[in-house]
Amino acid sequence: MKILVPVKRVLDYNVKPRVKSDGTGVDLANVKMSMNPFDEIGVEEAIRLKEKGVATEVVAVSVGPAKAQETLRTALAMGADRAILVQTDDAVEPLALAKIFKAIAEAEQPGLVILGKQAIDDDNNQTGQMLAALTGWAQGTFASKVEVEGEQVSVTREVDGGLETVKLKLPAIVTTDLRLNEPRYASLPNIMKAKSKPLDTKSPADYGVDTSPRVKVVKVSEPPVRQAGIKVADVDELVAKLKAMGVHS
Amino acid sequence: MKTLVWVEHDGSAVKDATLAAVTAASKLGEVHLLVAGEGVDGVAKAASEIAGVGKVHVADNAAFAHNLPENIAPMIAELMASHDAFVAPATTTGKNIAPRVAALLDVMQISDILSVEGEKSFTRPIYAGNAIATVESSDAKLVLTVRGTAFEKAASSGGSGAIEAVGGGSDAGISSFVGAEIAKSERPELTSAKIIVSGGRALGSSEKYEEVIVPLADKLGAALGASRAAVDAGYVPNDYQVGQTGKIVAPEVYFAIGISGAIQHLAGMKDSKTIVAINKDEDAPIFQVADLGLVADLFNAVPELTGKI
Repeated sequence: MKILVPVKRVLDYNVKPRVKSDGTGVDLANVKMSMNPFDEIGVEEAIRLKEKGVATEVVAVSVGPAKAQETLRTALAMGADRAILVQTDDAVEPLALAKIFKAIAEAEQPGLVILGKQAIDDDNNQTGQMLAALTGWAQGTFASKVEVEGEQVSVTREVDGGLETVKLKLPAIVTTDLRLNEPRYASLPNIMKAKSKPLDTKSPADYGVDTSPRVKVVKVSEPPVRQAGIKVADVDELVAKLKAMGVHS
Repeated sequence: MKTLVWVEHDGSAVKDATLAAVTAASKLGEVHLLVAGEGVDGVAKAASEIAGVGKVHVADNAAFAHNLPENIAPMIAELMASHDAFVAPATTTGKNIAPRVAALLDVMQISDILSVEGEKSFTRPIYAGNAIATVESSDAKLVLTVRGTAFEKAASSGGSGAIEAVGGGSDAGISSFVGAEIAKSERPELTSAKIIVSGGRALGSSEKYEEVIVPLADKLGAALGASRAAVDAGYVPNDYQVGQTGKIVAPEVYFAIGISGAIQHLAGMKDSKTIVAINKDEDAPIFQVADLGLVADLFNAVPELTGKI
């Protein structure tokens, strides 16, 4: 079984986003970019399935600028076998992404596509579900456990209030939640080895997908700032203030 | 505009998240509801009493029993032939189903809206709430998910919507529900609680969480929460997590105890009406958003607070 893992290059999660003063977006010039953390969990899960003998090949795919090659090389260094870069400088929305991944899935015939549940830049949380709709495959979103059992995959999902388990017919779509696994660091020899792994470059047009945006970003602004209040001296003062607000047992 | 709002329910009662979605939808136009499930007459009746509701579409079918999107999304896509906007609360169920509906309609969804700015224009958080985008859809129909804490809840009574059965529906045969482990508790639910007491990594263990945080929550009738660090350290189950990757909450009073205030956590609770922080590190970022801050050792201060409040 082949596993397809889409990965996105995003602002590193440790970097505080700065809104551009002209309100057109978040400043991405000269800041550290990394693989979307949820996608990293997806790559790790795919590699573990390969190590268990469930998967035979892991193909990483990214839609993005030339520099998204670095993100794909990271996936290759972690253990993916080959990579596809669908190169474009446009911001591609989840619906168009899902159409590109569908075309790739048709060509590659994976048993599983494992995506991050959301990218930490746009926070859309859509691409996996949309890909499932377009392929007509089952979806196991927000996964905290994935077990392939013959022609099926059992996915434990993190839902409001607890956990839920669903059984899906393969091929299927899985989206990762934080506690699915802890991604490995690529070792230096593996980083070196990744440089010679195959990486194909394509364009959205190769898949016949129109990536023009459906949703226009009118402006991007800073969130309202919450003002710090007061510091109380001790518990008694805190109790008094809380009681004055009507908070008591 | 005719909207179709997804009713989130547990088989017997309508969940609060629905009421915020109704408010958001009412800003766009006529509000129709969709109740899907098996044996949901009671839910449909409760839903029809939500203030301002027109029609209540009821899809009662065994295939819809466990919110499997493979079975439910095609049914919704069909209903959308006579509606202009599908509106779902941004719960894990809404987030699971809405994009599948959007793709079937060839619509680009707008996730997690914070406000309705115009017929096709909305604000939504990006970068974990570190920026707010104003966006405008150019699609013929809308698919939206609604952040519950950003909208007032519609009144759950006073309405008289007409109940109408949705025919058809079948099992796509590609997914099945195996089981769920949903924590049962007497406490208020995290996302609808008036008071939340949350603990962080500074507690050091699940025993200390039980010993220090739980009694204060018991005394105040509050829901229990935690930071991601406390969840990752295994002090509490993951459904306690408040933050961008956990639950987004906005109670009347939020107690952040031993929580430093990482961006991730703040994104999940900064809309609380009053934030109370107890932390021994006076430079902890949580104090920059707290209305009432107490610099103290939580192991002394919290039991004292529990005793005196």
